Amino acid sequence: MKLLYFAWVRERVGKPEEDIEPPTEIATVADLMTWLSRRGEEYAHAFENPKVIRAAIDRAHVRADTAIAGAREIAFFPPMTGG
Amino acid sequence: MAVAIRLQREPFDAAAEAAALAQGRSDIGAVVTFTGICRGDENGEPIAALTLEHYPGMAEAEIARHVETAERRWALLGVTVIHRHGRLVPGEPIVLVITASSHRHDAFAAAEFLMDYLKTRAPFWKQVERATGASWVEAKTSDDAAADRWAKPPGRREAAA
Repeated sequence: MKLLYFAWVRERVGKPEEDIEPPTEIATVADLMTWLSRRGEEYAHAFENPKVIRAAIDRAHVRADTAIAGAREIAFFPPMTGG
Repeated sequence: MAVAIRLQREPFDAAAEAAALAQGRSDIGAVVTFTGICRGDENGEPIAALTLEHYPGMAEAEIARHVETAERRWALLGVTVIHRHGRLVPGEPIVLVITASSHRHDAFAAAEFLMDYLKTRAPFWKQVERATGASWVEAKTSDDAAADRWAKPPGRREAAA
């Protein structure tokens, strides 16, 4: 699946996107954030406060307890400041 | 209903967009045009520029979802939303929301609703540029509160409309 990062999440991770295959036991968005934060210091820094991170699956907002099975694209970003 | 949703780097002409929406229509009695403008300060400190990052694909989809919600909730005859991205300087327009209806209540309410949701749910992120460097603008709880009030059941007047 494709992961996208925006704003300071992108800056901390160090890249705007990547393709990953998480292990099957990673069931939810929250699980995925935990798994990502263990991949390296830059990820740990990006996801150090998961409550502040928002997520979207296939371009629609989702909560952290949403299942990721079947997702093509998952994005992580800070609270939005558009408008 | 005539809906136009655009994301673009270039400035827009609010008057021209409003005229285009209402042109030739005898059913429109109210057009509300809101323009959001880049201020020269953020948190009381002057800024040199504002850069808007966005999530292409999701931004359009999310705006479209909220326009659909507004259509279901109010009697609208046309909606235009234009949201810019990229680097803007103080004084430049950022966002345009135009709503048209037969009578003013629905046009006003829908425009405010759309702006409250654009502020909290549309995937854009603002970064301010100062002489000292760049920093990300933080989301405001007052914006979340503004969006939340639309989740209350409609008041008597809205239900009557």
